Amino acid sequence: MSNEPLNDKAMIGTTRRGFLAATAATGTALVANAASGATPDPLITEVQEWGSGLGDGVDANPYGLPIRFESDVVRRNVSWLTADVISSINFTPIHALDGTITPQGCAFERHHSGAIELSKDDYRLMINGLVDTPLVFTYADLERMPRVTRTFFLECAANTGMEWAGAQLNGSQFTHGMIHNMEYTGVTLRTLLEEAGVQPTATWLFVEGADASSNGRSIPMEKALDDCMIAFKANGEALRMEHGYPVRLVVPGWEGNLWVKWLRRMEATDAPVESREETSKYTDTMADGTSRKWTWVMDAKSVVTSPSPQMPITHGNGPLVITGLAWSGRGAITGVDVSMDGGKTWKPARLAAPGTEMALTRFYFDHNWQGEEMLLQSRATDSTGYVQPTKAQLREVRGENSVYHNNCIQTWWVKPNGEAENVEVS
Amino acid sequence: ALAGGLGLGRAALPEEIAAWDKDVRPDGVGLPVGSGDAIVGEEVFADKCAACHGDFAEGVDNWPKLAGGMNTLNRDDPLKTVGSYWPHVSTLFDYINRSMPFGAAQTLEPDEVYGIVAYILYSNDLIEDDYVISNENLAAFELPNAAGFFVDDRETTEYAQFSAPACMENCKDEVKITMHATVLDVTPGDPTDGEGAPAGASGEGGAAPAAAEPE
Repeated sequence: MSNEPLNDKAMIGTTRRGFLAATAATGTALVANAASGATPDPLITEVQEWGSGLGDGVDANPYGLPIRFESDVVRRNVSWLTADVISSINFTPIHALDGTITPQGCAFERHHSGAIELSKDDYRLMINGLVDTPLVFTYADLERMPRVTRTFFLECAANTGMEWAGAQLNGSQFTHGMIHNMEYTGVTLRTLLEEAGVQPTATWLFVEGADASSNGRSIPMEKALDDCMIAFKANGEALRMEHGYPVRLVVPGWEGNLWVKWLRRMEATDAPVESREETSKYTDTMADGTSRKWTWVMDAKSVVTSPSPQMPITHGNGPLVITGLAWSGRGAITGVDVSMDGGKTWKPARLAAPGTEMALTRFYFDHNWQGEEMLLQSRATDSTGYVQPTKAQLREVRGENSVYHNNCIQTWWVKPNGEAENVEVS
Repeated sequence: ALAGGLGLGRAALPEEIAAWDKDVRPDGVGLPVGSGDAIVGEEVFADKCAACHGDFAEGVDNWPKLAGGMNTLNRDDPLKTVGSYWPHVSTLFDYINRSMPFGAAQTLEPDEVYGIVAYILYSNDLIEDDYVISNENLAAFELPNAAGFFVDDRETTEYAQFSAPACMENCKDEVKITMHATVLDVTPGDPTDGEGAPAGASGEGGAAPAAAEPE
């Protein structure tokens, strides 16, 4: 079924002669074409079971999962990355997704003391510190506040972090899959903080979760009052347990660690707490041994999700959809360029929709592949004019030990047989 | 103050704030009254921490090392510990008090936490074993890497360079592959079907190369 016969109509922008030359180069495709051309397809000529019998009733799946043929589109972990699976990470199967919205069920997880189960009844949110009235909210209180709905990406600060010293993991899921993009519904922090009455001396907001790790982080009050929100819905439904049910923080454009899950407390303060998650972790060590702290924004970045190591070209020569994702914590994506020769020449890709601020943007590049080797790259530009750098450019400034914030251009080496590999190029 | 008008929520009680607001700042604000030294701390550490972090805070298997690594931050593979990397003792107290032991957090008394803090400082050769750490002197204790951090400077060190007009044609003369992921061979294989799995996937449990923690 997947080996549909190639014909002239399917060949965009090529000549009959070019097509024949291409098919001749891949003998199996030629045989398949000949066979399918000569023999009626039984999937068409014979009545199939699904065309005769009955499917499932409407009560078979009150809440459905993907069809079993999509069982490879799942979160995966890399066991050697962490000491255990509790304070650990898994990866979104971005190689197999399209569009921009991440299905919650396969959207990556990062916990520091596991995914906790916290009911709406047991949920409490406290606002204290430099406020006129320290407050406690129930979940029901939050649902009565004026609501907003916005779509943002959440990217782990460590996404692509294993690639600093070289090409290491073979697949966009593993190199770039610490990311998801959801439509969130909730309440702005401004609304919440106004209820408590933030005092003028409060320049920081310390936020922490209900889990054992607490994941406490300090956020400048300016950012908190600008565009941060709490969310209780994502992609239309309640947050998943592993994503902070019933309430998480949304910090647009900023590193995922700040998006505190199971949010239980916000404290207005006049100084940062300098918690473990902003000293020991989420600080970026430079080549000279000093370290950046408070590297909150996630810079412009992109990756080709297909073809990629987990998405080899299996259809032979001819039309090929090159696609990927771009995003920036600084603003909206305004363009993505694609290179097929390792960065010698670039051509603009097509955005599926205009980029929106701090959200994933899908790009497509339609190519007529003739079995040539490619060094495939993508390069994002955002609304501030920032252009995604190469790894060499980043290393020149930062060295190789900064762990976080690796937004370098990724290269896939696509071989004549259609397989792809994660490589670095000069 | 910002004016709220919804009238939702209720005033938090002092007992409730005290129960949840436990964070400790570098200036010592938030520290509970208490004290401890490494002699006491060693016993608590042996009982509640050493199974993962080692008898001398040196770390067991892949669990975090809390001591050692002095002067390694500018090397290829820096060892970042409390002694070699952390800027503030307050963070040590705060984190242990709220989130350790792993799996049984918030079970330590303040004096136990002070003792563990002292033991970790002792394990990093920063104090003698009878040196008493308390709410009085903790904030004044300076760790070796206290001055090792600076605020994000990407706006000045990177933005100008990375916002130059992008090259579209003849951007370089030659391109060579300099590194292959399949040489390292550390990517998990596809757990469901094996088809289309990353080439050369070795499956789980292979020897781990020098890799960044996904933090």
